[in-house]
Amino acid sequence: MQHSTGYIVGFAVAVCLVCALFVAGSAVTLKPMQQANVVLDRQKKVLTVAGLIEEGASPPAEEVAAIFERNIRPKVVDMESGAVDPDIDPTGFDQQAAMADPERSAPAPPNGAKVQRIPDHGLVFEVVEQGKLEAMIFPIEGKGLWSTLYGYIALAPDARTVVGITFYDHGETPGLGGEVDNPGWKAKWADRKVFNERWKPVIAVKKGIAGPPSEDPYQVDGLSGATITSRGVTELVRFWLGDNGFGPYLAKYRAEAGV
Amino acid sequence: MADVNPREALIDPLFNNNPISLQVLGICSALAVTTKMSTALVMCLAVTAVTTLSNTSISLLRNRIPPSIRIIVQLTIIASLVIITDQILKAFVFEISKQLSVFVGLIITNCIVMGRAEAFAMQNPPKLAAIDGFANGLGYSIVLMAVAFFRELLGSGKLFGFTILHPVNEGGWYVTNGLMLLAPAAFFLIGCFIWAVRSWKPEQIEEEFHVGALLEFSNEGNLR
Repeated sequence: MQHSTGYIVGFAVAVCLVCALFVAGSAVTLKPMQQANVVLDRQKKVLTVAGLIEEGASPPAEEVAAIFERNIRPKVVDMESGAVDPDIDPTGFDQQAAMADPERSAPAPPNGAKVQRIPDHGLVFEVVEQGKLEAMIFPIEGKGLWSTLYGYIALAPDARTVVGITFYDHGETPGLGGEVDNPGWKAKWADRKVFNERWKPVIAVKKGIAGPPSEDPYQVDGLSGATITSRGVTELVRFWLGDNGFGPYLAKYRAEAGV
Repeated sequence: MADVNPREALIDPLFNNNPISLQVLGICSALAVTTKMSTALVMCLAVTAVTTLSNTSISLLRNRIPPSIRIIVQLTIIASLVIITDQILKAFVFEISKQLSVFVGLIITNCIVMGRAEAFAMQNPPKLAAIDGFANGLGYSIVLMAVAFFRELLGSGKLFGFTILHPVNEGGWYVTNGLMLLAPAAFFLIGCFIWAVRSWKPEQIEEEFHVGALLEFSNEGNLR
């Protein structure tokens, strides 16, 4: 059966049109649900690292939103001065988008976490319970072995002690570097100290087993078989809580809170 | 191809003409998404939905598709279905779709989908093509779920996320087998699966391995 060129072109156009219609239709109709999922996912991670919901639990969306509304105060801060920027609405602020935008970020100095750009503004979450500050949550990211790890770290009001850490996205080897998701390992971060006496970020994921937090406050157990992921986690925590990251904000906080 | 009856179209791809174990198609995704049963299950549902729908729609158009552009037309339809599937997963099972990441998108390149479209749907009526697509998706699913069962059980001591063998790093007794979580383990398991199926059905053993035998065997020119 021989078709004319006109038929072939017409057929191709028709197929493309119909397919485009379906694809565009599904993308548009499902977009609100997908965005709600992304927001919910981020809120859940923030609440998990703050210890407000249990690890691995998946409470209904309304509950997550309610706890988030009640206990979490997001703030957009100027990375260089550490001051809160009241002009930017934190609900719509996307730090990753800001990092990727050359107008709103600057190239990072060479660093062990292999962070390429530093955003001009960062997003900090304060955890408040009955008007009292319970913890501060900072977004962290950096290279592991295969992938960039994205997560959050929560510090206690003394701006030194870890409350929790979590990674919400990474592509490390399951069972090895992927053990950053292991609740047992994440729990080992609690009560460790990120900063030493001179406020230098010194926490490290060591090779082998670290002592209890009271004796060995600056080290966390290594992930066996995942030396490079472990090193990456050390570097990225130090980077984002150091002078190039949220250091200025933390310095300002310490001066104001008197710690 | 007129002699294919619906029963055969449904049963055949499960073991006799399994897309993974006999035709050895769709291996890449079988390696990637089988570390956990829950992700494997969602992947199976996605692939089955796509093969069924692509076979149906291509079969509906089979007499109108100009032969000179048939491959690109098939690809366009398959790609659209995969994008829609991905969108649906992102909207309804966000957690799992995050774990499947790019592999849902890569269903487009899954040889099973295009292989069935070209080899079966282009020559058969829609109903039969739909059954064939569904059954091939099911055949793929059987292998995937079997592989995922062993990988999750031996690799992390769990099934569908529920602890079966209490692993050492969570305070139990079971020393997890890290190899099971790496891609080569899926190769070994698929190898064992093929071995088991061919011991059960010796007629599947190729006399001598060359591409011609494979094609002759599956009795239709499958697309790579």
